[in-house]
Order: sequence, then structure tokens, then C-alpha cells
Amino acid sequence: MSGKPPVQAGPTVAAVDAITQGLAKYNFFRRVSWGRLAVIAVPMLWLAVFFFVPFLVVFKISLAETAIAIPPYTALLEWVGDMEEAYVTLKLNLGNYLYLLDDVFYLDAYLSSIKIAGISTFCTLLVAFPIAYLMARSNGSTRALLLALVILPFWTSFLLRVYAWMGILKKNGLVNDILMGLGIVDEPLTMLQTDFAVYLGIVYTYLPFMVLPLYSALEKLDMTLLEAAEDLGSRPVTSFFLITLPLSLPGIVAGCLLVFIPAVGEFVIPALLGSPDTLMIGRVLWDEFFLNRDWPMASAVAIMMLIILVLPIMLIRNSQGKEESA
Amino acid sequence: MTSAVTEMQPTTPAQQEIPVWKQEGAEPFLQIQGVTKKFGEFTAVDNVSLDIYKNELFCLLGGSGSGKSTLLRMLAGFENPTSGRILIDGVDMSGVEPWKRPVNMMFQSYALFPHLSVADNVAFGLKREGVARAEIKQRVGEMLEMVQLGHLGRRKPSQLSGGQRQRVALARALVKRPKLLLLDEPLGALDKKLREETQFELMNIQEELGVTFVVVTHDQEEAMTLATRIGVMNHGVIVQTDEPHDVYEYPSSRFVAEFIGSVNLFEGKVIEDKPDSVRIKSKEAGSTLFINHGISCSPDQIVHVAVRPEKIRLSHENPGQSDNCLSGVIEDIAYMGSLSLFRVKLASGKEVRITQPNFDRRIGERFTWDDKVFLHWDEESSVVLTS
Repeated sequence: MSGKPPVQAGPTVAAVDAITQGLAKYNFFRRVSWGRLAVIAVPMLWLAVFFFVPFLVVFKISLAETAIAIPPYTALLEWVGDMEEAYVTLKLNLGNYLYLLDDVFYLDAYLSSIKIAGISTFCTLLVAFPIAYLMARSNGSTRALLLALVILPFWTSFLLRVYAWMGILKKNGLVNDILMGLGIVDEPLTMLQTDFAVYLGIVYTYLPFMVLPLYSALEKLDMTLLEAAEDLGSRPVTSFFLITLPLSLPGIVAGCLLVFIPAVGEFVIPALLGSPDTLMIGRVLWDEFFLNRDWPMASAVAIMMLIILVLPIMLIRNSQGKEESA
Repeated sequence: MTSAVTEMQPTTPAQQEIPVWKQEGAEPFLQIQGVTKKFGEFTAVDNVSLDIYKNELFCLLGGSGSGKSTLLRMLAGFENPTSGRILIDGVDMSGVEPWKRPVNMMFQSYALFPHLSVADNVAFGLKREGVARAEIKQRVGEMLEMVQLGHLGRRKPSQLSGGQRQRVALARALVKRPKLLLLDEPLGALDKKLREETQFELMNIQEELGVTFVVVTHDQEEAMTLATRIGVMNHGVIVQTDEPHDVYEYPSSRFVAEFIGSVNLFEGKVIEDKPDSVRIKSKEAGSTLFINHGISCSPDQIVHVAVRPEKIRLSHENPGQSDNCLSGVIEDIAYMGSLSLFRVKLASGKEVRITQPNFDRRIGERFTWDDKVFLHWDEESSVVLTS
């Protein structure tokens, strides 16, 4: 309000300015940088200890050779020589990876895993979308109830639930009993130990991982956008494909990744519900470790799977990032 | 901001002719006939009937919960009337889906599609109509030029300012050449300066395109500047439909008088009732009040006299008129730049609000706190309200 006398800018003022600015920078560095570091350090440390180090160990094993020893593989680094002349040898064995590429069996297993995971992810999306849509559109109490119902299965052991499916799907199980009782089929259907059972198992197990990100995306969707679309001459079905679907895309991508990635490496579901012919990389891994006791080969299979999964995800993320910044 | 307001036009000659709503036998363009909307037990819109004519810019004015938005949503087809019907250009809209109505709406939140560019937002409606691609391009271009956003067609809505978004929303609603444009609080999200500019822009566009506008607003100032006519709503009922000037100068009820602008109300008893004048004795005012236009009332009836703060004059000396002359003490002064607001307490304890334009800079020196002053106004300056 009251006018201040004009400041005389002189050398003293400039010096003081420089010092304050310098101090401010110093202050900024001290406070923000350390605070940030402390916050980031915990998850980073966690990831480093429980993800990155084990990954390196597995990667190391994949480059070794099998040996009849404990642990059953050769060391990469070895001390050679005597007290006078000692040096380290590094032995890298790429044979496991070459074998992976060479043997069609592994390629088949990867492709079959990706196919099964892809189809079940798509089915999960089809089942989850209406559920998530209903949740996002319902009012407070119904919404809470639906959310609880989606999360509720987690309270029972996953293994137990898969066993329950075996009971439901087997020859004299619940479904066949009902179908026979109603006279719809004369003979019991073979459902257990088929690919169908594997799809069903994956869809059932991973449904919540699809529903939750979809729900959070759909919940944010502004209903007036749909009204605006209708007002501009768009029928509800058209509005769904032009407005709802594109705007829930981040949720769809997140949900699909959350289902697809674990589904590719899934072991329990194909082992319990699938046929012995259901070829999935998880089972191959299991066999290499526990039947063949070929740890380096198993590690190579695991590393390869990681590469196959991580690359497309990074590409997707990259393109998304570009789109957002564009 | 580029300014379109530089071509601010004075009132066009058309507006000085007899307005269409006063012409005998004029065909209304939009007919709302006894429309009621109930949500469960709650009646949002209560038996509203209203005729709106072609090229009108009609404002539905009311507070929140007055039913104005519900009425607008019924015109757009998002809600169906519980009873009554709506005719647009003579066609009954009952059961007509929103996407089939010759109506477009500009939403309060603008509801721009965030994943589409500005041009695609505007083109959305035309694409649904199946208009040829070349024509879409041309019409979208023209429309964006009109709202001065021709250079921003490839931007996303999130990269625009509030005022720019508002104009995209307007362009998107207008590009389909609707017979009727509905605007829900069109200026609500803009800051004061931008509002004023946009108001005039909106009026220019409306005149240029000859579209009938129905605007919903809670802002009386917005309604006053924009509208050809105002429908004041309260509790789901239209309490008065008139031109802005008449709504302000001749409110039909205490609600309208108090809702639009501020007003001083004096309770009093009719002591003299002539065909062309009324004299009222008011204990609250401590004076007799004389109004030089007749009303339908009976002697001894209790009525209210409404006087707008700017109609009252303030003086130290007794003006010597027997009617419409009160005296009191200045309680409060608020200097508001272009005018000053005085609160004067009468002997009855009643507080009166008076605004005085600041003709000269030293008005504050002439009147100050605790001054004993006289308040007086002309006999045509007040209105008698019986309801």
C-alpha cells in the first residue's frame, strides 16, 4: 500500500544478493536432496537387495556349467596357480543360451506360454470390464460391496481355490453333475486337464488384478463426457467405443500387464488344471530345476523369459511416455 | 487474448422494434407445456410453461436447486419430464433420444473430450452425422476461425486456457447448426475480465448465426447483460418472465426483488388507493410512501415497498418532501471505487442500503460516520409488492 523508497542498487546490494542466492542454493541442496534421497533409498534398497542381486545371481548361474557339486554348477571366477603366481580365470558359458535357441522345444514352450497368457488376458479383460464399469457407476455402498466381493477371494489360499476348481471341473464334479442331472449331456464332459481349464483358472485367479486398475480408470471418467457425446449425435454404443474405451486405455494397459506377466510364467495352474501336454515355460523351468537338476539351463530359461517380457513392456511404456509428452 | 470486443456493437435496430414475444399471434419456437419433473418425492421442476421465440437469448436465472438445470437437461433430452411436454419448432420431443434432437448443449464443465484434439472435438458431431470429410474440414475450420482458435486446432484441450476451452465448447456445440443452443453457466468458470469480453462475444455470435439460445445461470449480472428475456426460477417454478430492465425495475415479488440486485423493503399498510397511485404508511420507514402507479390492492392491506439502493438520494438538509423522505444515522460506509455504499439506520432500527456514484472524489468528506442524514427518492422510483 504505502510506497517504498526506491532501492539504490549499488555494489553492496549486488554482493549481498550474490551471497543470499548462494546460501539459498546451498540450503536447497542440503534440505531437498537429502530428504529425497532418504525417501527414495528405502524402496531402492529393497529392489536392489531382493530383485537386482538375485537377478545377477541367476544371470551368473546361467553363464556357468552344470557340475556334480553343491551348488550344482561351476564357478565363473577361479583362482588358479600357487602362492607365487596366482591369477583369476573367468569362464563364461554361452552354451545354455545357444541351446535355448537351438532346441525347438524351448521356443515352443515360450510361444505356447505367450499364447495361453495372451488369450487368458484377453478373456480376463472381457470379464473384468463390465464388473469394473458397474463398480464405477454404482453409488457408495454398492460400490464398497462390489469392491469387497472382488477382493474377498484373496482371503483364501490361492492353491486351495485352484484345488476347488479341480473339484468343480472333474468328471464326476459339480458342473458335470448338474449337466447330467438336467439331461443336457449324456456323458460327462472332459474339462479338467484341458487348455480350457487353464484359461479358466488364469481368468479366475487374476480377475482382481484386471478389475482394480480398470475400476480406477473408469471411476475417473467424467460422465458429462458421455452426455456431451450423446448431445452431439452419438449413440451410447458409439460413445462407448469413441469415449469410454480410449479414456480407460491406461487402466486397460495396466490391467493387461498385471495379468499377462505373471500368467506367462504361471506354473501352478497349468500343473494342476492343465493336461500333461500343456506346454508352459513355468513347467519347463520346474523340470529343469527339479528333474534335470540343470541349474544353469534353468537360469538361462528364466533370463530369456525376462528378456521376452521386459522388452515389449519397455517399448509400450516408451511409446506411452512419448504420447503424453507430445 | 485477442479481442473481439473491439467491435462491440451498440444495440441493433432490431432490438428497438416491438419484440417478438409482445407480438400478437407470434409462433413460439420452443414451447414448454406444463412440464413437471420429480426425483422420487422431490419436485425439481413444478408445472412450468414457457414460450421462447426464434432468435431469442433467453436466460433461466435462479439459485442452486431452483430447477433451472433440470429444465435445461430436459430440453437436451438427458431427463424426461414426469408430466407435460416440450415442443421444439412444433415437434413434440417426448421420447426423442438426446442424439436425435435438433439441440446442442454447451456444458458448464465444457466436457471437452480430453483425448481428442481441438479440431477433432469440434468435428465429433459432424462425423456422427456422416458429413463428407471435405465438408467437415471446411466447417470445422470456419467455426474455429469464428471463435478465433483457427491456429490451435491441433492442440489438446489440456493445453488450452480456460477462455480458449470455453470457445472450443461453443464451437463444438454450434458447428452442427442446431436450431436451439443450450448453455449451462457458460461464463461460470471464467474470471471477471474474461467474462465481460466473452459475454459480448457470445451476443455477437448469437446475432450472427441466428440461433435461439437458452442460457442457464445463477449470475444475475450475466443474465442482465446477455438476455433478451429472463425467466426467474425459484423452487422449480418460474416466478417472473420479463425483459432484463423490467425484471430489475418492476419485480413482481419480494423474491425477485431480493434475488436480482439488492433492494430495501419497507413493510406498510395501504392508506390511499387511487387508480394511478398508492400511498402507504410504513412504521418501519417512519414516513408515508407514495408510488405514482396503481396496483391491485385493497385499503389496509399489508404490502412491501421496494426501493433499489441507487434510487435513494442522501442529504444533510431536509429536502422538504412529505412522502418518501426518511431520516437516520450513517452506520457504515464502504468505498467501492466507482460508487460508495452507505448503511443508514432509521429510528425504527431498520437498516437501509444506499449507493451513491462517486461523481467527485471528496464524497467521503461530505458524508461520514454517525452523520444524521435524510433519505429521499422520487415517486416513480419504488415498487409495491403484494407477494
